[in-house]
Amino acid sequence: MKLLVNGTAHDVDAAPDTPLLYVLRNNVGLTGPKFGCGLGQCGACTVIVDGVAVRSCTTPVSSAARGPITTIEGLGTPDKPHPVQQAFIEEQAAQCAYCINGMIMTTAALIARNKQPTREQIRSTLNANLCRCGTHMRIVRAVEKAAALSLAQQTGGNEG
Amino acid sequence: MTSLLSRREFVEKSGLLVVGFAMSRSLRFAPGEDAPSSLPPAANQLDSWLSVAADGSVTVFSGKVELGTGVSTALRQIVAEELGVPFDRITWIQGDSDRTVDQGSTVGSQTVKRGGAQLRQAAAEARAALLELASPKLGAPVDSLIVANGVVSVRGANDRRVSFGELIGGKRFERAVTGKAKVKSPSEYSIVGKPMPRVELPAKMTGRHVYVHDVRVDGMLHGRVIRPASIGAKLLSVDDSALRDIGGARVVRKVDFLGVVAEREEDAINAAKVLKATWSESQTLPDERTLADVLIKLPATDRVSTDSGDVSASIARAAKKVSARYRWPFQMHASIGPSCAVADVKRDSATIWSSTQGAHALKGALAGFLGLPPESVHVIWTEGSGCYGHNGSDDAAADAALMSQLVGKPIRVQWSRADEHGWEPKGVAMVMDVSAGLDETGKIVGWDYAVWTPTHSSRPGGGAGSANLLAAQLTGAVPASRPSLGGDRNSRHTYTIPNTRVVAHLLESSPLRTSSFRGLGSPQNTFANESFMDELAVAAGVDPVEFRLRHLTDPRAIAVVRAAAKLANWQPRVSHSTTSAKGRGFGFVQYEGTEAYVAAAVDVDVDESAHSVRVTRACIAHDCGLIVNPNGLKNQIEGNVIQAISRTLKEQVSFDRSRVTSLDWRGYEILRFSEIPESIDIELINHPELPSVGAGEASTSPIPGAIANAIYDATGRRLRDVPLRI
Ligand code: FES
Ligand code: FES
Repeated sequence: MKLLVNGTAHDVDAAPDTPLLYVLRNNVGLTGPKFGCGLGQCGACTVIVDGVAVRSCTTPVSSAARGPITTIEGLGTPDKPHPVQQAFIEEQAAQCAYCINGMIMTTAALIARNKQPTREQIRSTLNANLCRCGTHMRIVRAVEKAAALSLAQQTGGNEG
Repeated sequence: MTSLLSRREFVEKSGLLVVGFAMSRSLRFAPGEDAPSSLPPAANQLDSWLSVAADGSVTVFSGKVELGTGVSTALRQIVAEELGVPFDRITWIQGDSDRTVDQGSTVGSQTVKRGGAQLRQAAAEARAALLELASPKLGAPVDSLIVANGVVSVRGANDRRVSFGELIGGKRFERAVTGKAKVKSPSEYSIVGKPMPRVELPAKMTGRHVYVHDVRVDGMLHGRVIRPASIGAKLLSVDDSALRDIGGARVVRKVDFLGVVAEREEDAINAAKVLKATWSESQTLPDERTLADVLIKLPATDRVSTDSGDVSASIARAAKKVSARYRWPFQMHASIGPSCAVADVKRDSATIWSSTQGAHALKGALAGFLGLPPESVHVIWTEGSGCYGHNGSDDAAADAALMSQLVGKPIRVQWSRADEHGWEPKGVAMVMDVSAGLDETGKIVGWDYAVWTPTHSSRPGGGAGSANLLAAQLTGAVPASRPSLGGDRNSRHTYTIPNTRVVAHLLESSPLRTSSFRGLGSPQNTFANESFMDELAVAAGVDPVEFRLRHLTDPRAIAVVRAAAKLANWQPRVSHSTTSAKGRGFGFVQYEGTEAYVAAAVDVDVDESAHSVRVTRACIAHDCGLIVNPNGLKNQIEGNVIQAISRTLKEQVSFDRSRVTSLDWRGYEILRFSEIPESIDIELINHPELPSVGAGEASTSPIPGAIANAIYDATGRRLRDVPLRI
C-alpha cells in the first residue's frame, strides 16, 4: 500500500484495516503520534490526512492512503519549528508532553482553516483532546500565540 | 586516559546505544549482549555524579528522573550554578540502574529538595577539586581563583586562566564526596532562580523525544497482556484456536499470567482480542455504594499522631459543637499513555527499559522475580507519560520481563487503555471524621480527627521485593503485609488549637489495590480539614479567611493566606450570606506539616438545575523556600490545580462486585478544555535564604476543600462526598 507521509512516498506492507497509528509508528518509523486509548477518545494519536485532523488509532490505513499525511515530525524540527510548535515552546506549554502531539496537530489543522480562532473556538476544538498533567491554561495560550505567529508569517510573506 | 562514560565495561558496550538513541533519533537498539555484573555507582564517590570531557562539557548522572515536571531542567540549573559551567554544556543521564547513583525513587516532591541537595554538594566538591588542580598550574593560591563558564582564572588577571577541560577533561576525579565543600551563597546565584526553558521541550514539541513507548530493540516481539476477568480470578483454560489465522501470534502463559506475542503490533492486539480464556469467577469487592461503611469496619492498626490536652472534655463543654464525616473515592492516576516497557531477558542477564519512578528499586524487584542476581539486571529508565505517582509502569516492566524470559526474545509490552484503567494501582479511598468545639468568642477549643485509610504505597522493591508486581501476583506471589503508608499525611493541620487528637486507622487491606497518587493522603485529609474549618467559621459567624488567621501562628502560613486573599481581592463575609450562582471558597495547607505553604481562593459558578459546577478562577499563593525555576514551578502549580479540580468534581473509580468497570475515558472522565478556569493566578513567595522544599504536589491539597467551600458559599449546600455533585 502506498502512503505519502510528510512529503515522502512509502510502500508499506500492512493489512488494509490496520490502524494508521501502528503503520506510522512501526512501519514508517514515525513515533511522534502517540498511542493513548485506541478508541478515538483522547487525541494523542492525531495526524493530519488531507488537511483534516484525524485520530490515527481508529483510521484504517487503507482510508488514509487517499491523501497526503502529515505527522508532527513533518511540521517542523527543533531547529526549524512550525509556528504552532514554536508557540508551544515559547509558552512552555507541556509537562510530560505525551498529549502534546494531539494538541499541536489539532491546532495546526484549526489555524489552517481559521486564522484567528477565538478562545471559545480553541476550547471547543480541543475539547476531545485530553491532558492529564493539567497543562490546559498554557496550551490555550500557545494556540492563541500560534495563530498570531502564523498570521505574522503570512503577512510578512505577502509583503516580502 | 579513560573516558568516564565508559568507566564500566558494560557501559562501554551499551552506553553508546543509550546516549546514541537519545541523540540520533535512531530508536533501534541491538539486543544487549551478555552483560557483566554491575551495581550502582557509590554515592560517596565524586566520579559517580559527574564527569568533565576534554572539550569541557559536563555529564551528570542523576538518580532522580524527569516525570514531566521539569526536574531535569531545575536540577541542571543547580549543577550549572554550583559547578560554574554554562547550563547548555551539561548532558544529563538519569535513572540508569548501572550508571546513576541510587538516590531513591523520584517521589514525594523530594526531588529538588533532597536530590538537588545531593547534586549541589557533588558539584561543589567538583568545583573545589578543580580549584585545587588549577592552583599549581596558575601559580596562585586557591582563594585567589575564580570560576566562570567552565574556566578557572586568577582574580584580577583574566589572562591567567585554565579551562575545566584542560584540568581534568576525560579523567576521573578519584575523590570522595566529603560533604564539606562549601556551596555558593544564594546571593551569588545567576542560574538558579531564572525561568530557564525546559531542556527537552523542543524535542517533545517536534515528535523527536524518545518515550519508553518508542523504544525498539532488534528482534523484538510485541506483547499484550490479558488480565483476569475478575480480580483474583484463576485461569481455568485457554483456547488459542482463533490465533491460527493471525500470523505467528502465540500465547504466553504462566499460572494466571496470560499474554500473547506477535511480530507485528496489530497482530498482538488482534490476538489478545480473539483469544478465548476461561476464568473462575470471584466476587471480592463490596457494593460500591457502601464503600465508606465497609472501609471503617476493616481491620486496622491505629496510630495516634497527636493527643494534646483533654479533647473530649473540651469539646463536651464547648459553647458550640460541630461534627462531620467526609468521604473520598478511589481515583486513578489516569496517565494519557498507558504503561509500556521493553525487556530483553537472557539466561543470565536482563535489560529492561521502563518509565519506573525507581530504576534501582525495580532492578532489585525484577531480579527476585526473574531469579537472577541483582547485578545482572539493568533497568534503563526512559520517560513515560506523566504518572503522578505509582501507575502501571513497574507492572508493565514485569510483564515484559516475564514474557521475554518465557519466549526467549526481547518483548515490548504496551498496555491497552482498559489494562491501565482497570489494573493500575488506584489512588486511595478514605473516610474522615472530625468534630470540634467553639467557645463563645468563636475560637476552636478542641479538635478531634479520625481517618480510615488503606496504604498509599505498594511499590515493588525494597522490603516488598517482587510480590507487589502484578505479574508476580498472577504467578503465585502473595504480597506480604507491609506497614501502611501515607494515609495520615496532613491529617494534622497547621492551626493552633489547645486540645487536639488525630487518629489514623491504617487499614490492613483494601478492596482495590492502592498505591501512591499525587499527595498521598494529603488532598483527602486537607479536604476534610479545610471544609471543616469553613463549617466552623460559619458556626462562629466569621469570615473564613479571618477565621483561619485567628488560628494560625506561623508567619509563613499567615503570609500565604494573606497573599492569596489579596490576589483574589477577597472581601470579608460570612459564607453564604446571600444565595447566588457564584461562590468563593478558601483553602490552606502546609504540605506534610514541614514542606511548602499554599493558600488558594477559588471562584465557582454553580448551576443547580443543570447539576453543574465550574471553577472559574483560582488564586494561589505559594511558598516553597528558595525557588529554582519560577516558570517551571508555575507550570507545576497550574497542573496541580487543574488535576485537583478534576479529582474534586469528576473522578471516581466505579466497580461491580468483581472488577473495576471504569475502563475507558467515558467510564472515567477527567477535566476537559470546556471546563477549565478562565484564569489561574499565582503569587510565588521566594525565600532565597531558605532551602527549597518540595513543591511537586503541595498545591493539589488546598483545592478540594476550597471548591467545597465555594459551593457552600454559593448555594448553602455543604457537599462532603468527593466527587462533589450538586
Ligand atoms: S489514541 Fe487515538 S484517540 Fe486516543
Ligand atoms: S502534558 Fe502530560 S498529558 Fe498533557
